[in-house]
Amino acid sequence: MRTADSPLRSKVLWSVVGWLVVFVFFFPVLWMWLEGLKTEPQAASSPPTILFLPTLAEYQEVLSGDFPPFFINSAIASLVSTLLVLVLGLPAAYALAIRPVGKTRDVLFFFISTRFLPFAASLVPLYLLARDLQLLDNILALILIYTTINLPLGVWLLRSFLLEIPNDLFEAARVDGAQFRHEILRIVVPLIAPGLAATSLICLIFSWNEFFYAVNFTSSVAATAPIFLVSFISGRGLFYAKLAAAATLASLPVLLAGWIAQKQLIRGLTMGAVK
Amino acid sequence: MLPAFIYVFLLTQIPFVLTIYYSFFSWNLLKEGSFRFAGLDNYTRLVTNESIRTAVLNTVVLTISVIAISVVLGLAVAMLLNSEVFGKGFMRTLMIAPFLIMPTAGALIWKDTLLNPLFGLLPYLLTPLGLSRVDWVNRFPMATVVAVEVWRWTPFMMLIILAGLQSQNPEVLEASRVDGANAFQAFRRITLPLVRPFIELGALLGSLFVVQTYDSIFMLTYGGPGEDTTNIPFLLYLVAFQGYSIGQASAIGVVAVIITIVVATFALRTLFSIFQVEARR
Repeated sequence: MRTADSPLRSKVLWSVVGWLVVFVFFFPVLWMWLEGLKTEPQAASSPPTILFLPTLAEYQEVLSGDFPPFFINSAIASLVSTLLVLVLGLPAAYALAIRPVGKTRDVLFFFISTRFLPFAASLVPLYLLARDLQLLDNILALILIYTTINLPLGVWLLRSFLLEIPNDLFEAARVDGAQFRHEILRIVVPLIAPGLAATSLICLIFSWNEFFYAVNFTSSVAATAPIFLVSFISGRGLFYAKLAAAATLASLPVLLAGWIAQKQLIRGLTMGAVK
Repeated sequence: MLPAFIYVFLLTQIPFVLTIYYSFFSWNLLKEGSFRFAGLDNYTRLVTNESIRTAVLNTVVLTISVIAISVVLGLAVAMLLNSEVFGKGFMRTLMIAPFLIMPTAGALIWKDTLLNPLFGLLPYLLTPLGLSRVDWVNRFPMATVVAVEVWRWTPFMMLIILAGLQSQNPEVLEASRVDGANAFQAFRRITLPLVRPFIELGALLGSLFVVQTYDSIFMLTYGGPGEDTTNIPFLLYLVAFQGYSIGQASAIGVVAVIITIVVATFALRTLFSIFQVEARR
């Protein structure tokens, strides 16, 4: 009798514990969603409002106000820099994986070391350069910087996916007389579609959520979504519901992408080390 | 390969060399003609200056506590999600949300809607304990920053460690149980050595990110009160963009690079030795 029901009992017990823990971690996100569906008086009430009639008024307010340009800037900076990472990174990864050059290891370590160079290392010169080239508050500056941040990661990740392709495939293609560009486009790209997805996801996460360069290199014209949230820190009174709605919208693209591509997420975050 | 190589070289290495160069000059961006050679002045000022020492200390405290706590919590959650529980996939999905939420958004939600002493949910929930009107952000600024960062990095550690656990052969654990090992022994002798490289990887990557924490400090405390939560990235921001002292900021940048290298090496070595001692027992 005991042996029959004890596995189930322990499963139920651990499930309860697990769900409690998950609830604690997820709660701030849930609370953000709830706050965004309240009216301002409900969001700034004491004690906090738990039961209320949800309204999309604050979302309407955010979307019809000055938020959309920030969101669009974020989209441009993230998407264009991600595309640049793929275009520049794929040939480099290909060269390192399929046709290893001398000192491949050194080149790889050079790439990855630049990813972890603190932004402190290059901040001042980049700022002066951007200033002299009239690129401050210009989305182009963010695009170039995000490409720099993500390119080393992209090269590593793409290489880890390329290494999994059997070499015979390339041999066969070369015997068939495929040219280098065709080799990449027709054979490599379809085979490493998951790799391209993982790379894009990681680039998107890092560039969409990036704050340091965004807040210091832009002011109004090129400001991105996180900068919009800065305006809520002080001086605007109690706009908690609006803040929560804006925070939800600003977080949405990365949250959705990460949820959809969970498999690629681990591999991307560990630069291909963990599959 | 060449285009990517040149691109990365141009935008990381040359600026770094320039940073080192500027660090030997005194230069205030707002004062025209203030550019002059200053020798080691910027560096001696770093040594004598209280602010930089505070910032280094804060960076170390923040990084070590965030990584240590989130590794332990991440390991615990990963083991929960790897055991026989209902709704594993959905649990994992919800669990990774804090990592994906925009850090600036997450920090604001914590500060304004959860921890606010007047309208926040947490002070309200803690009322029965007599902690109703505690202003967490101002009274415990570093603990608040650590808590918010742990909330963000635990899912990261969990993901990596869970991947490690899932590579474990369940039959080995089963066999150890048959051999009479209790749950703790099985964990220490079999599971821990197996996930060790995953923990190391998570801690190493995590510390390289956490050492650069800026977003949540900007949003939660703005480095304050006083300098209580000013870490190196935030100090750099204050010196470069509030004080416009290019030379001084560059010197901080050089120090930041050195500290990053030290933290990376130190973190890896410490973890390595801890686990080697564990494994030898």
